[in-house]
Amino acid sequence: MGSTTSSAGGRTFSRRWILGAGATTLLTTGLPGLTACGSGSGAGGGDGGTITAFVYGDDAVKVQEAGVARFNKSAAAKEAGGTVKLEKVPGSDYSPKLRTAMGSPSAPDVFFNWGGGSIRAYEEAGKLLDLTDTINNDPVLKDGFLPSVLAAGDLKGRHYGIPMRGMQPVILFYNKSVFAEHKLEPPTTWDQLLDINAKLKRANITPFALGGSDIWPELMWLEYLVDRLGGPEVFQRIQDGDAEGWGDPAVLKAAEMVKELVDDGAFGDKFTSVSYVNGGAPAVFARGRAAMHLMGSWEYSTQLGKFPDFAKQHLGWAAFPEVEGGTGDVRNVVGNPTNYWSVNSRTPNKDLAIAFLKDAASEAYAKDLIDLGDVPTTSNAAQLLDSAPNPEYAKFQYDMVQQAPAFTLSWDQALGELGTPMHTEIGKLFAGKSSPTEFVAACKELKK
Amino acid sequence: MSTRTRVGRPHAVWALPGVLFFAFFAVVPMALAFYLSFTTWDGLSDPRPVGLANWQKLLDDPRMTQSLWLTILLTAASWAFQTVVALLLGVWAAGPQRNRAVLSAIFFVPLLLSSTAVALLFYALLDPNFGIIQKDILGSSSGAFLAIVFVGGWQFIPFHTLIYQGGARQIPQVLYQAAAIDGAGRYRQFFSITLPQLRNTVITSTVLIVVGSLTYFETVLILTKGGPGTDTAILPYLMYEAGFKSYDFGYASAIASFLVLAATGLSLLLVRLSGFGAMRSTREGM
Repeated sequence: MGSTTSSAGGRTFSRRWILGAGATTLLTTGLPGLTACGSGSGAGGGDGGTITAFVYGDDAVKVQEAGVARFNKSAAAKEAGGTVKLEKVPGSDYSPKLRTAMGSPSAPDVFFNWGGGSIRAYEEAGKLLDLTDTINNDPVLKDGFLPSVLAAGDLKGRHYGIPMRGMQPVILFYNKSVFAEHKLEPPTTWDQLLDINAKLKRANITPFALGGSDIWPELMWLEYLVDRLGGPEVFQRIQDGDAEGWGDPAVLKAAEMVKELVDDGAFGDKFTSVSYVNGGAPAVFARGRAAMHLMGSWEYSTQLGKFPDFAKQHLGWAAFPEVEGGTGDVRNVVGNPTNYWSVNSRTPNKDLAIAFLKDAASEAYAKDLIDLGDVPTTSNAAQLLDSAPNPEYAKFQYDMVQQAPAFTLSWDQALGELGTPMHTEIGKLFAGKSSPTEFVAACKELKK
Repeated sequence: MSTRTRVGRPHAVWALPGVLFFAFFAVVPMALAFYLSFTTWDGLSDPRPVGLANWQKLLDDPRMTQSLWLTILLTAASWAFQTVVALLLGVWAAGPQRNRAVLSAIFFVPLLLSSTAVALLFYALLDPNFGIIQKDILGSSSGAFLAIVFVGGWQFIPFHTLIYQGGARQIPQVLYQAAAIDGAGRYRQFFSITLPQLRNTVITSTVLIVVGSLTYFETVLILTKGGPGTDTAILPYLMYEAGFKSYDFGYASAIASFLVLAATGLSLLLVRLSGFGAMRSTREGM
């Protein structure tokens, strides 16, 4: 796989030629406004002195900034002869920007990703540095991380990434003061959850905040419901490439439960145009307009950044409730095990890149994550939890992940390219544009 | 230098910068997109030829039907909205009064903003929970569609107003003076003199609106992301999704090529039907 094509004798232009001749082919045909996509992506392959790292630019990026600053001053950086330049890409544009950059001469040397399906295309195109031997031969990397998390980002049993952010299980957050005011307890069963919804609606409070315009917050509901109803095997089958797996009764039942919630007003009547990424859903939740929020564990650091008083005083958390009659273990978790740094196989300074990855295993890096409210996936995390700004939350998360019999990777990340059409179908289901039966039928058609 | 060369037409070399610019930034990318539409390409490895597969998919894709219909609807609605408002504003702004000049200058401000800035501005204003209206406009299919038409109009009406203002100022005053003597009132003058005199301007503006609406994109991306569901996913957005979300650049290029063909065809048709090319002067006999 790589630079030349051997397609049935046909003459083809090489990728480089296409990119060189006009990288933004599609854009220029009619979209002058989008040209920012193709430009300004940094140094990339240029001189060996500076390498570029792409990172998802949200509130948690401070840790990577501190890490890069520390690394650039370190002896390890001097030894490898260079520095790292961090490029923060705004969240919603991260994946397309990475994809276009990776196919171009200004590709990053090191990049943030979600492991698994999210990097499969890069691996298939020979763009990833296989880190298996590097990790196995280096005690700092080999023993630095929880083995299950290190393995969760694997492809075909090979390591391609180093964990670089906290654990990201999806958690049921709730507003403690709203719950106290209405004498409510976080639900442990689905019936309790429906009961709470009814009480909250009587008090004119939307039960759940939901950033429906981003779609992935909607996906979290399906992920948990399918897991609780049918266990992790249901999605595993789909992830393994069997689109018929969508026909599992658990998927239909989950879609029906979603429809009931939506019709019942559990998410209010405006959620399809509320976004998480732009801060809409967190604000609805923090200002008490909604009482609960099903969200990844980063919700804590997001709220700490935007509404610190709310995060410190009123934010409560609980596991997703049990669904009566379901076969899934209530301790199962969905979400992202963590994020990873992967290395571009064409980086001019491999040693520098690997030296930089090692910083993610350092205690200083883990401390920074802890300070932000995240739980690192490093092997020393357990000892650090007491120094977290909210030790209770940190321990809750850590135990949740440690005790989970199964940790299902976010469906969109696990499915790679099929994630987008799946998003479209989920958006239609939540918006009431398709019925649960139509949703299942459409998902069965999602094939490569 | 002889007098001969001076009176003749400018040398072809003069056109070179323009031709080169057009070739590099329009013709070459379009040719590449056309080529890519016959391949499958994920943006990472090399494109592989697949014949007509993407074009076949274009015909079979159920989302394409919805998208095409939405695009036509958007084009028609944008044309109606922008033409009516811009025409009235332009004619009004063409008047000699000082206050009109001042107000026109203010009306042109949106023209200075980028589409992205305009879309972000309206996205904040239309926020269902913290915006100024606090109604879920973008959450309903018709609301989202009308919001796109409105924001597009807000942004581009100033430009078309400028065109109409220029056009209206070209209309000789004698026509109005003669009409006034004949007893024609304000409305009669507008319909019998201003409108017919602006015929060429209307066609120019129409072609620009139609082609602009067919390639309308940023506002949709920022305001609705094609939602709710897929109810505002017009063709350029579908192309973006195929290319930059699903990384199916072959199919995205097929949609892009279709758009280029449709836009070119439609503008040619408009020019032909209106007889723009052979159009006679609106001031014949004066």
